[in-house]
Amino acid sequence: MISTNQQLEILTNNYVMEMKEKIQLKKVVNNQSIRIENLNVFIEDQHILKDINLTIPEKSITCIIGPSGCGKSTFLKTLNRMHDESPEVKIKGKIFVDDENIYSPEVNVIDTRKKMGLLAQRPCPLPMSIFENVAYGPRIHGTKRRKALNQTVIQYLQYVGLWEEVRGRIRSSASRLSIGQQQRLCLARGLAIEPEYILGDEATSALDPLSTKIIEELFIKLKEKYTVILVTHTLRQAKRIADNIVFMYLGKIIESGPTEEFFKNPKEQLTKDYLSGSFS
Amino acid sequence: MRIKQIEEKIFKVIMMGAAMIILGLLLYIIGTVFYRGLPALTLDMITKLPGGGFYLGKEGGVLNAIVGSLYIILGSLAISIVISVPLVMYINFYLPPKSIFSSIIRFSLDILFGIPSIVYGAFGFALMIYLGMRASLLGGIITVAMLIMPLMMRSFDEVTRLLSRDLPDALLSLGATKYEMTKVIIRQMVPGLITAILLAVGRGIGDAATVLFTAGYTDNIPTALNQPAATLPLSIFFQLGSPVEEVQNRAYASAIILTVMILILSFSARYFSSKFSKHKI
Repeated sequence: MISTNQQLEILTNNYVMEMKEKIQLKKVVNNQSIRIENLNVFIEDQHILKDINLTIPEKSITCIIGPSGCGKSTFLKTLNRMHDESPEVKIKGKIFVDDENIYSPEVNVIDTRKKMGLLAQRPCPLPMSIFENVAYGPRIHGTKRRKALNQTVIQYLQYVGLWEEVRGRIRSSASRLSIGQQQRLCLARGLAIEPEYILGDEATSALDPLSTKIIEELFIKLKEKYTVILVTHTLRQAKRIADNIVFMYLGKIIESGPTEEFFKNPKEQLTKDYLSGSFS
Repeated sequence: MRIKQIEEKIFKVIMMGAAMIILGLLLYIIGTVFYRGLPALTLDMITKLPGGGFYLGKEGGVLNAIVGSLYIILGSLAISIVISVPLVMYINFYLPPKSIFSSIIRFSLDILFGIPSIVYGAFGFALMIYLGMRASLLGGIITVAMLIMPLMMRSFDEVTRLLSRDLPDALLSLGATKYEMTKVIIRQMVPGLITAILLAVGRGIGDAATVLFTAGYTDNIPTALNQPAATLPLSIFFQLGSPVEEVQNRAYASAIILTVMILILSFSARYFSSKFSKHKI
């Protein structure tokens, strides 16, 4: 017979062991970033994404390029489960984020989206003041204290270089900002929920060259802390800022690899044709 | 070339003619109402209760109807806003875009919208008898709410459908739940909601048939929900039916009062709308 004390001790030991394992797992996880296995996406009867297998390295910029309609945006949306809102989209396969399949039934979609900051094609500020735009994310995720919110807002507005431009009118409407400023505000808003990944869906295509440059510089700054995944239409942008390139065509990944190698020695004929501008 | 020019001219004349007809009609109505009503429109009309009955009475005013109409329209607005907003949010943001259920709801609303107001009145009356109620303020409020709800829902729905997917997507990608998303969207939709409310007020406040049996008529101001309430459309109706010309003119004065009330409601709604939606994108 084991005494109650002994039982308790065993239980406690087990628990400590488990926790240690979990902590270790978490460490391993952080090195792996995003891993996609046999991803297939169907919209109604169309096969949009075909057998996607990909590992996205952490703390770097991965650019997804390819002609219009090749499934780039659809792919990006699978990463933060935005397809959940459209019942006609069927997703098969696994996406591991921090070693956890985000499509397994026990994963909460809110948690997944919290890990992914999304920067959309056109900036869409919320119908609130500049301050409230940035504070919105932390607020819905439980930050109530005024002081903490103030700090967060200032911190991220500074991070995207908007603080100096808006500090006098932080309570005025976000819609009065220029479109380039709005996009940076949206980035600050996304960063304020403390994601681990930044997704950009042609985030500069609506912007003027100067604003584009600012956003691109921000992406380069972001990769120190975050894993950045961008869908882009412009090859030159990919060349300028990407560490890794993924080339997609008709729902398949044709080729992927480090930027320099990709542009210098493309392996596939399709890639060569695309880079030389035979189709776009 | 010649034929095309003639075509162009004919079409232009038709279009201008149509615009003129509408303008003329408006001027004719306003002109008649003011010509006959203004002399009868005294301060007593809006500050006093009717003296000597509504049918033959030349004394007093229509304060009972003004207050009754306001009570009924505000009460029915409260009921229909509380039901309309969740319904519109549900069919637009909770149901998938091509859902059969949302088309069924929209179709039903279109049918309800087309039902004549006297049918609502009769239905409300039957319902009240079933519930053992007498003609009362509450009966009027409920029946007018039934009348204006389809219009409010449908027009609010139409503006909500125009909202681009960007805003809901932005909110969801921040990790907002659908409820949190809906709360922000409603803020964005305030001007659309106000427009829907104004259309509903226009239909509800001027309707006589719905309130005829359900709210009844009285010379007094109701002090409880179970008391009958007078309304401006009914007082116009009764005054106009009087053989006495002075009383008939009082009907036109009441019509002026009703028009001005709708104008005041419109302007104040627009004012509050711009106040509440200063952050609208």
